[in-house]
Amino acid sequence: MPTTTDTLPITSGDDVVRVRQKVRVRATEIGLSLVDQTKLITAASELARNTLDYGKGGHADIETVLGDRRGVRVIFRDRGPGIPDIPQALTDGFTSGNGLGHGLGGARRLVDDFDIQSIVGAGTTVTIARWKR
Amino acid sequence: MDSIPILKIGSALLVTIQVDMHDQLATRLQDDLTEKIVQHRARGVLIDISALEIVDSFIGRMLANIANVSRLLDADTVVVGMRPEVAITLVELGLGLPGVKTALNAERGLALIGGVSAAGEAADDADDD
Repeated sequence: MPTTTDTLPITSGDDVVRVRQKVRVRATEIGLSLVDQTKLITAASELARNTLDYGKGGHADIETVLGDRRGVRVIFRDRGPGIPDIPQALTDGFTSGNGLGHGLGGARRLVDDFDIQSIVGAGTTVTIARWKR
Repeated sequence: MDSIPILKIGSALLVTIQVDMHDQLATRLQDDLTEKIVQHRARGVLIDISALEIVDSFIGRMLANIANVSRLLDADTVVVGMRPEVAITLVELGLGLPGVKTALNAERGLALIGGVSAAGEAADDADDD
């Protein structure tokens, strides 16, 4: 069961920093190890930047999950152009912008749960979670 | 707009990153450093990231860019103080930072680029392990 959700806008570089800081607070509270915290925050940073650069802005929902599994879940939503070929977008080295393309594929490796839903012309939603072990 | 201070020590430049950088600040640091390398004819650049809790692909790319540009301008770049959890995460992210020299701390980093000794300020600190 998720607890209260923090919803943060992602419309500037400063917002990406705020998402990182908020994810850190949640990850520390729930007691993720330092390495797990760092991986989750890094993944969140990659995805927040994707939301800003490719999704033309959006927002992040950050929640603590309590129950059988305890952890932190972050959902990134944008109403950007969407991703036509998700498997390709998850390939290392793929980029539609000017990045090196480590964003999506790299972020997926840093978390326990990774889900991506995208509709061309309507937007993209990426959900990640890291669980306490 | 804020910026990250760049100190000159002998023939080396020292940058200590102490804030959670937003992307514009990182880009600005890259530009400022390039300018200072030429201005001070620096032979080395030391970037202390021990305060950084994460290094994502953007910051990683910035570090690699600084190293590449400074190499073309005849200066060595050493990144020092990377936290272990940051190193683990970078490798998993697929960013091994090829071309970027690293050292565990500033002292070893300076030794690598010979910055202080070139200015005659080393004062015989020979107790390095």
